[in-house]
Amino acid sequence: MQSEIILKMEGICKSFPGVRALHNVDFTLRKGEIHALMGENGAGKSTLIKILTGVYQRDAGKIDLEGRPVHPRSPQDAQNMGIGTVFQEIALCPNLTVAENIFIGRSRDNFVHWKKMNAKAAEILDSLGIPASPTQELASCSIAVQQMIAIARAVDMDCKILILDEPTSSLDEDEVQKLFALMRQLKDRGVGIIFITHFIDQVYEISDRITVLRNGELIGEYETSALPQIELISKMMGKALSDVSAMKKQELRKSDDSVPVFEAVNLSSAAGVKPFDFTIHKGEVNGFAGLLGSGRSESVRAIFAADKVTSGEVKVNGKRVKIKSPLNAMKQGIGYLPEDRKGDGIIDELSVRDNLILALQVMKGFFRPLSRKQAEEFAEEFIEKLDIKTPSTSTPIKSLSGGNQQKVVLARWLLTHPNYLILDEPTRGIDVGTKVEIQKLVLALAEAGMSLTFISSEIDEMLRVCSRLIVMKDREIVGELSGLNLSEQDVMHMIAQGGQS
Amino acid sequence: MRSLSRTERKTRLSNSNLLFMIAGIIFILMYGFALISYPGSFMQFQTFFDLFNYNAALFIVTLGLCVVMIGGGIDISVGAVCGLVTMACAMLLQSGTGSVFEALLLALGIGLAFGIMHGFLIAYLDIQPFIITLAGMFLAQGLLTTLHKEPLNVTMREFVALRNYTIEIPWLGTVNRLGVFIPCEIKPGVIVVVVLVILYAILMKWSRFGRNVYAVGGNRQSARMLGINVKRTIFLSYVLCGLTAGISGFVFLMTTGAGNIGNGSLFEMKAIASNVMGGILLNGGVGNLLGAPIGTMTLLTINELIRAAGVQSNLQAIVSGLLLYLFIVLQSIVISLRGSGKFSFALPPWLKRT
Repeated sequence: MQSEIILKMEGICKSFPGVRALHNVDFTLRKGEIHALMGENGAGKSTLIKILTGVYQRDAGKIDLEGRPVHPRSPQDAQNMGIGTVFQEIALCPNLTVAENIFIGRSRDNFVHWKKMNAKAAEILDSLGIPASPTQELASCSIAVQQMIAIARAVDMDCKILILDEPTSSLDEDEVQKLFALMRQLKDRGVGIIFITHFIDQVYEISDRITVLRNGELIGEYETSALPQIELISKMMGKALSDVSAMKKQELRKSDDSVPVFEAVNLSSAAGVKPFDFTIHKGEVNGFAGLLGSGRSESVRAIFAADKVTSGEVKVNGKRVKIKSPLNAMKQGIGYLPEDRKGDGIIDELSVRDNLILALQVMKGFFRPLSRKQAEEFAEEFIEKLDIKTPSTSTPIKSLSGGNQQKVVLARWLLTHPNYLILDEPTRGIDVGTKVEIQKLVLALAEAGMSLTFISSEIDEMLRVCSRLIVMKDREIVGELSGLNLSEQDVMHMIAQGGQS
Repeated sequence: MRSLSRTERKTRLSNSNLLFMIAGIIFILMYGFALISYPGSFMQFQTFFDLFNYNAALFIVTLGLCVVMIGGGIDISVGAVCGLVTMACAMLLQSGTGSVFEALLLALGIGLAFGIMHGFLIAYLDIQPFIITLAGMFLAQGLLTTLHKEPLNVTMREFVALRNYTIEIPWLGTVNRLGVFIPCEIKPGVIVVVVLVILYAILMKWSRFGRNVYAVGGNRQSARMLGINVKRTIFLSYVLCGLTAGISGFVFLMTTGAGNIGNGSLFEMKAIASNVMGGILLNGGVGNLLGAPIGTMTLLTINELIRAAGVQSNLQAIVSGLLLYLFIVLQSIVISLRGSGKFSFALPPWLKRT
């Protein structure tokens, strides 16, 4: 068996300033094996891959490629050693022909021999069964075929290890099957494939072995057939199945039968979430649960029209309305606190005050500016209400801690008095104390009649706050859970069984 | 079965060739329109050749800029460099110290110097090409006016001989009212244009450098991942463009015979317009090099048409401007419709590759 191992990474450590990205991680890849690398975001998957492909240099540990120690210094270097990578974002040139994309940048010949190149490309495409003509422009191929051409290029460069980083995220079911067929073919040729994906079903369909990482540490390596889905999920989330003793600190609220505050039928968006129905009542707190990448954020972004809405009907307080942009949504009394606080939420250079009044100002229109005095009053009111720790209202928001920044963004939305507020990961990256404060605030707002959708990667947090959980898997709603005695186990079971039933 | 599914796929024109075809059709339509409207002048072959005779320098500038534009860049210094070269060469020739050959070397040297400077700053220091070449344009203009303010006619014997040299085409021409056959004439500058068009077309289609330019213009990040030396490719494209601008300056002098501060002015803009009309996208990566001369001919035909119509010359600029709007809108519509799959360009059967 030992001879079959082509890649052995041992005791890999990597730290970035302030973060320990990988600690003592082992990874073994055998010849002709499809090995899934699993873990939630921040688990260290991409760091591990970047070390293997020479983007990052490891702090400690060793990498043996076919028994010889190696030290890739750049992606090019890794490529030459036989480590090929195909990224989610296809790194090919859309304006060149298929054949050129396979061969460009590899020859030192100053002239392009089109005939020879096309013939060779046709051979490769045929041997791998890729439905493309060497002379067609890459842009005219589907994304799946482009993906395959990227793989063909790597294969032709004699790769022994092929890393596929989220290759299926933009493919439809049919295209995924074609890609899998290609992967199986490469596997038969003895190529070792590292497969990274968020889609659990795909892992079970194609992989032989699974390595799970969590918080930069190795959880374990398993035979896919010997690891039930539910166990994989709990390993990724880091909650042992028996350890579901999360106490509900607050009484759960029940939904009523009145006209829903917000109702959507058959809603879908350009971000690729499957059409879904959704309702929320006055004073209700519900949440989208699921693994990262399951479509939680995409769903709420569709509600807020943050991504282009492609289908569906929307009713607010029983009346049909058109919501085509976030501004429309805001005018209908919907607020959205985005997941990516740094990118979508705060404006670094502006003061706490200016960040706070931003949404209200947008709603009022820019030609009716809020007076400085008014703005100051609002800012002081919310700084006190939410206990935002800031030296003054004019301090730039970037100098505040993460938790306090989040409170400012929250206050921004509260200032617009929304009827329905969506909070996407409001507690990520903030300290425990503030987390609890925000959870309490959510419940208090619901008590006061506001409807809220609360999303968090921490299931126990959602169980504490939400009275109804909408469970998602692979960009589809697979079920709903409500009631007082929900447990993480219920949620995990639903995710695990979801797509299969 | 696999090979079957491959051949069944219909071959689709690449964006480059589609835009090139559109450019060609538009030129033909435009020239056809001119022939019908003003047969008196346009029916004569000489009118066609004169487009090249008098505008050889513009054709050349457009070629160099075309390479840069395919690479996703822009060079707006080319007109000023062309003008500077005319004056510098005129002074050298007029001073009596330099031969025609030395003047040519000077022209190439100036062009190369600007090209290397721009290429270095843009490729290796990663500065916006627009700003860098704007600075280059000011520099070249400044040098031009510093060298000599008055028009400088070159009276050197060898040069005048070169300037007046014409090539007659004995089998092509017109018969005048007296029944005398007047053969068509072309200037040496036209030969330079033809040679450069062929050279550059080969370069862009069959050389590693040329394909790398396309790759870099198509997607710079991907090109880097594919193992292309992106910086060197960009650098060389600007060097080539500068060199070409130098050649165009010499050809300009060969056409007019005088150094003048107005020489080559607005050439950069005309060249950009010509390239766009020739189907070379400003975003880079798309375009056929042969589109550059086609676009230039379209632009010149429009101007000739307006001149033949005898309307005010400022109308020329207005019409050129309006047509440019039209072209850019047309291109973006075609490309975007294509991207969304709503537009497919069916090839006529006789054009289909087997």
